Amino acid sequence: MSTDRYEMVVGLEVHVQLKTKSKAFCGCSADFGAPPNTNTCPVCLALPGALPVLNEMAVELASRAAVALGCKLHPVSVFARKNYFYPDLPKGYQISQFDQPLATKGTLAIETADGKKDIGITRVHMEEDAGKSLHDRYPGETAIDLNRSGVPLIEIVSEPDMRSSAEAGAYLRALRQILHYLRVSDVSMEEGSLRVDANVSARLNGEKTLGTKTEVKNMNSFSGVERALDFEFARQCAILDRGEKVSQQTLLWDAAKGEARVSRTKEGSHDYRYFPEPDLLPLVLDPKWINAIKAGIPELPADRKKRFAEEYRISADEIEQLTDTPELSDYFENTARDSEDPKASANWVMGEVQAALNSTGLPLDQLRVRPADLAGLIKLIRDGLVSHAAGKKIFGVMLETGKPAAQVAHDESLLKVGDDSALSGWIDEVMQEHPEEAGRYIAGEKKLQGVLVGFVMKKSGGKADPKRVNQLLASRSGGG
Amino acid sequence: MAVNHDDVRHVAALARLAVDDEKLDHLVAELNGILGHMDVLSKVDTTQVEDAKFAPVESTPVRVDGSGPIKMYSPLSSFAPAVKDGFIIVHRLATHDDSADRAP
Amino acid sequence: MTIPDFDSLSAVAISARVGSGDLSPAETVEASYDQARKAGAGRDSLNIMLWDDHDLALRDAKSLSDGMGKAGSGGRLAGVPIAVKDNIATLGLPTTCASKILAGYVSPYEATAIIRLREQGAVVVGKTNMDEFAMGSSTENSAYGPTRNPHDIRRVTGGSSGGSAAAVATGIVPIALGSETGGSVRQPAAFCGVVGVKPTYGRISRHGLVAFASSLDQIGPFARTVDDAALAMEIMAGYDPLDSTSSQKEVGSYRDQFMSIATNPAPLEGMRIGVPEEYFPENLDKGIRDLCLRSVDALKSLGAEVVDVTMPHSPLAIPVYYIIAPAEASSNLARFDGVRYGYRAEHASSLAELYSITRSEGFGPEVTRRILLGTYVLSAGYYDAYYKKAQAVRALITRDFGAVFGDGVHALFTPTTPTTAFPIGGITDPYEMYLSDIFTVTANLAGVPAMSLPIGRVAGLPVGGQIIAPHFGEAAMFRIAYALEAALGREAHQ
Repeated sequence: MSTDRYEMVVGLEVHVQLKTKSKAFCGCSADFGAPPNTNTCPVCLALPGALPVLNEMAVELASRAAVALGCKLHPVSVFARKNYFYPDLPKGYQISQFDQPLATKGTLAIETADGKKDIGITRVHMEEDAGKSLHDRYPGETAIDLNRSGVPLIEIVSEPDMRSSAEAGAYLRALRQILHYLRVSDVSMEEGSLRVDANVSARLNGEKTLGTKTEVKNMNSFSGVERALDFEFARQCAILDRGEKVSQQTLLWDAAKGEARVSRTKEGSHDYRYFPEPDLLPLVLDPKWINAIKAGIPELPADRKKRFAEEYRISADEIEQLTDTPELSDYFENTARDSEDPKASANWVMGEVQAALNSTGLPLDQLRVRPADLAGLIKLIRDGLVSHAAGKKIFGVMLETGKPAAQVAHDESLLKVGDDSALSGWIDEVMQEHPEEAGRYIAGEKKLQGVLVGFVMKKSGGKADPKRVNQLLASRSGGG
Repeated sequence: MAVNHDDVRHVAALARLAVDDEKLDHLVAELNGILGHMDVLSKVDTTQVEDAKFAPVESTPVRVDGSGPIKMYSPLSSFAPAVKDGFIIVHRLATHDDSADRAP
Repeated sequence: MTIPDFDSLSAVAISARVGSGDLSPAETVEASYDQARKAGAGRDSLNIMLWDDHDLALRDAKSLSDGMGKAGSGGRLAGVPIAVKDNIATLGLPTTCASKILAGYVSPYEATAIIRLREQGAVVVGKTNMDEFAMGSSTENSAYGPTRNPHDIRRVTGGSSGGSAAAVATGIVPIALGSETGGSVRQPAAFCGVVGVKPTYGRISRHGLVAFASSLDQIGPFARTVDDAALAMEIMAGYDPLDSTSSQKEVGSYRDQFMSIATNPAPLEGMRIGVPEEYFPENLDKGIRDLCLRSVDALKSLGAEVVDVTMPHSPLAIPVYYIIAPAEASSNLARFDGVRYGYRAEHASSLAELYSITRSEGFGPEVTRRILLGTYVLSAGYYDAYYKKAQAVRALITRDFGAVFGDGVHALFTPTTPTTAFPIGGITDPYEMYLSDIFTVTANLAGVPAMSLPIGRVAGLPVGGQIIAPHFGEAAMFRIAYALEAALGREAHQ
């Protein structure tokens, strides 16, 4: 069997949890981690008589995401009920949007092996999350926690524009990065604030019409999505190779086994009976409000990368690393501005700062060394007041104590010693301790100067100013 | 339009209502009796209202984020049929696959 | 001690006497319970009250008295006992919608309308019988049996708010709350000989009203006088941030105008009242037609100009209503699944059975019928032909009202119902039952306010006249009703 004759066609549906304080249609906290069913009220428990009222922040965050994805934000959108029964769906319907969504027709640019490619965004719509069902907590029973019930989501639906699992991965990474920069979501697949369903089909190379697609669900990482797509594509190719037809169905990805199983759910058993939600009026967005949302879109990754290349003259690889998250790129940029040394800032951020984050597991905003502090350290080094080696020690202390670089350098006696009398004292001692080398050096064997500087540096515990040591040594050399 | 036995069975399944086979004949007849009166609507010309662009002046009102929940004077455990450790308890789903039987 | 003629005292009179210290809230609550006993409100007799708690009502009365000591008057409904339809959430008493599926359910929060009435000193004395989930026109579809009409116990009260209508008619309370979706306040008001109001959609918060059809539902008051009904409306009406469909429009006063009406020989001068021909079909009961004509004459003598108007899409209202209301109901009633509250079938062996057995056992036949109907009209392949088409025709019905009211007509006058109260068990065909709402559903579909008031009797049974006004035209509606009530005087009950 070969997949070479076929082309993969992928469209993705991504659900993103919006970062609001309270739920989409009630005032309950949207936080994770509370004891079961404690973040609930008559509305999200669907008690008789309770009614939804829309959270304004959810509208704002959803609109920001839609605009950043280049979508047209519609002045009028309509909430609709999607009806189905499930024990963690309290109302028996999900409030979503159907034929009049919040926004449509956007694009997201991704980098592929063949260069830049635009992936179409079909629509962005608002909806609410369901609760959580725990199937393995009690034998024979399912435990329902409705803390998540009613938390605001957006669903971002792409066009079937991706042609490989790598493109799908690139799309997801680019999407996650943009949403992260917009600060509309935590975008964590592990925590469930970003979920992906994939529609995939296969067709002969050169074929224009789309093949029958299947839907693959239950992936819990981006690499899982890529693996699931490759698996399902290969399965479909094998079916087509045998001259059979792919049947439209839903598959569940099993990451542990590395395979997708056909869900036992019968196709056609879904009939969501959408109709306009009568408990809410249409959402009408004022043109002025829409303009304010557009104006408030922060610098997005693509623009920031371009600007970094122009302003800071750092390599493409470095830019890629430094713009991974908005927090990291802000950190770098503030350090570079304060220190006026982008190159050193980039090295420090990618080196020591990244290492500190990895070893402590802290988020960047909790790192005790703030950009101004790091810039202070970089300046000390650049001005020759501390050595690079001492600088690393100082950074370590700053991480522990949160003290500024200059104070640490002073407290730990790590400032370079440039004072001639102290340096001469160390040089005298070295000369005495190494009479052989000293004699040859004074006799004119200049290549030994480096060796002697090294001895002096070692004796000073790294504090001696090597430049001045060189000068002082040179004055003792026979050659003058 | 008229419904048949399969339609009513399908609709009852969607609505999670158990309908006994012996009641089915009666229900089908009754529903068709009602639906028969609805046919008059198909003859009404509604093109002018369908073409009219939906242009509401009023938007759905919004609440401030973090406004806090409606107060409950008695807890979930006072009215829920089965609660354990704060969870609402139901029969376990027949298979794990059923969890895909839901919209995301 | 007993309060003389308590059963004919208005809320306005009771609150005045409680406010002045002449009566205590505890006395009015006792009088209400006395009257309930005398009138036979219990299950074995008229079957008006589903849930009551004498001690709780007395405690509420006591705390009201305690509060009055400090605050003075005690509010515009100080010590006024009220009865509440069983689909409106109240603390302390069950809220079951007369359905087995909510047996024993006590709401942990209270409806906005109830909170507002309590703030003015009202005391809830009981929850009244109704058609299950407000689906019906006779109060026969209650899991607890029908309410009997106080004027003839072999007949229905109308519905779905039959218990509340009967509670007011029997003098147990001067004001009771019902809810409307297609006439469920006005029709039983007409059958029981009391005043019943369906406000403009969005005028009273639906927060705490158990939803039947969200785009049609409204809470509405019953009272024995137009004045009391207007008072209850003034208190309950107004924006509620917990109901997205409640209107932010200013409420204003409905009652301020009443004083000048009483002293004015032609208080309706300058008002044009339309009489739509579609509401007077040839087969209309002759007695009802005659009483309506008597009222029209009264309106004319009050100075109103009465004109014939036409509402051509009115005959389509019942089919439209019986698509839209069940469609919304099929979705609204999905939450009754035995998971979080209410009845749960004990012998279910799987989640699928938990759903289907709970719901099949919990819902009565009419509710089941409407859920099936509603699910069908929303299902794939039928949505456009039924639901979407019905919404389009609904727009045409609304346009009929817009055209008439835009043409200088201030209000419409019609019969409330095509017949008087029918015998219990007398109507078995569902669609024939639906037709008893034929004159009332139009106002729900269009969202306009409407009310019924007694205009006389046929063969001893009360007849209601209906006044329909433009959106948020409650003040004009009450003006006409108040003047007509005064003009008819005792004739309204003869």
